[in-house]
Amino acid sequence: MSDKVLMKGNEALAEAAIMAGCRHYFGYPITPQTEVAAYMSKRMPKIDGVFLQAESEIAAINMVIGVAATGKRVMTSSSSPGISLKSEGISYLAGCDLPALIVNVQRGGPGLGGIQPSQADYSQATRGAGHGDFHLLVFAPASVQEMVNLTFKAFDLAEKYRMPAMILSDGTMGQMMEPVSLEQGEINEHDKSWALTGTKCERKPNIVNSLCLQPEALEKLNIERYERYKMVEANEAMYEEYRMEDAEVCIVAFGVAARVSQNAIDKAREQGIKVGMIRPITLWPFPKKALLDAADKVKAFVSVELSMGQMIEDIELATRCKKPVLLCSRVGGMIHTTDDVLSKIKEANEIGGAN
Amino acid sequence: MATTQILFAGFGGQGILFSGKFLAYEGLLEEREVSWLPSYGPEMRGGTASCSVILSDTKIGSPIVNDPDCLVAMNLPSLDKYESTTVSGGKIFVDSSLIGRKVERSDVEAYYIPATALASDNGLTGLANMIMVGYLIKKTGIIPFENIDRALAKVVPARKQDMLGANRRALELGYNYAE
Repeated sequence: MSDKVLMKGNEALAEAAIMAGCRHYFGYPITPQTEVAAYMSKRMPKIDGVFLQAESEIAAINMVIGVAATGKRVMTSSSSPGISLKSEGISYLAGCDLPALIVNVQRGGPGLGGIQPSQADYSQATRGAGHGDFHLLVFAPASVQEMVNLTFKAFDLAEKYRMPAMILSDGTMGQMMEPVSLEQGEINEHDKSWALTGTKCERKPNIVNSLCLQPEALEKLNIERYERYKMVEANEAMYEEYRMEDAEVCIVAFGVAARVSQNAIDKAREQGIKVGMIRPITLWPFPKKALLDAADKVKAFVSVELSMGQMIEDIELATRCKKPVLLCSRVGGMIHTTDDVLSKIKEANEIGGAN
Repeated sequence: MATTQILFAGFGGQGILFSGKFLAYEGLLEEREVSWLPSYGPEMRGGTASCSVILSDTKIGSPIVNDPDCLVAMNLPSLDKYESTTVSGGKIFVDSSLIGRKVERSDVEAYYIPATALASDNGLTGLANMIMVGYLIKKTGIIPFENIDRALAKVVPARKQDMLGANRRALELGYNYAE
């Protein structure tokens, strides 16, 4: 394990992007994601890459569109208010069927909010961060190592399905340091015949555009895109189970909330409460099947989230309300203590008859 | 000890984050599970800074230290804020050259070391943090003292290699003060 280094989540993510072949970064500073940009500003010039601090978030996302149209790996990063500014461009990326990576290191909102960790952009990320019918691939790392691994995954799947991907992180994951192994991930070759690379008078020009004034044609594009989304939903949902073998209460949590929940589960188990966790690693696609299967085994779910109750709706939908879902929520930059989660586990355990 | 949760707290500029990083790196080199989480934002810039460090033999859940086993307090607001959160039977390390009062709790072990004064008396101004860490290592045995050099080499950046010796001396000063 001597190959492990101690790195901040934001920096590890940035290095992973470079290792994944990203040579174009456009961004604008905002706490708590600034280390991503700072790291890129140091590294990119040394490897013939591009680091550009744009005049605004909106400019940065439009530069991302430009590079993405050429088929090169490209990314931007920001934190909650900055992501809202980028939302028009994200919709354009989806409308142009372009792969790109957008990183959101979330902070408390709404509005300018605060700068401490939050997960309140869950609905924004999973329902499509912009106008029109579209989805992003949304990844939720719960460790610095996952900040690395999911960056590789995000670039890969974005290209495979020709759609933008988002890493939905939070201030804790971005700022914390953990041992991390920076192993070269797989880089798969995907079809880029659509990319704008210059025809050299050898092929017909490609067109990358989200404007389509013919309703019939635009409807067709939407339907085709959703056929692709169906494949993503069928094949790409990722999750991890923790102590679910005999669980009667199932926590659902991602990111830092999952880390706190792990402590609470261990503590509850010491007190004889059978509780486990399903941790979504992809938030879109949401691991619906795993949750529906669990609904036949457990008596209640607990949604532990740093928001006022956003993911809880997806849990209720996925489990078709077969079992009650309790909400355990902290917001505004506050993070659950182990005891916050433990007391909600106990409440859930009382449901359907205490043992 | 399977898991040790440490909270470093003091003013921004006292090297709170750095001393946490040193311990975390040593933990990493011993192939233990570690996490390091800083306070960030306005508090770093002159206000109270804190840093959560966890060393464990098992996978670490929350990286946030709410109830420290060891509290290192390098200013009065930090002692005021975190004394009550320290676990019963835990250890509180106080920089007694900056904090006039004693630890009020009787169910914790309190240690007093005039780290800031020791630092300036020994030409190590700015390294009170590492004196505190040296003392903490002695009292907790959390890492083997003989291994400090390899972690120092990792955390002192290349452009500040001239500070390596001073950091080492500060650690030794703290470690030996405990005698």
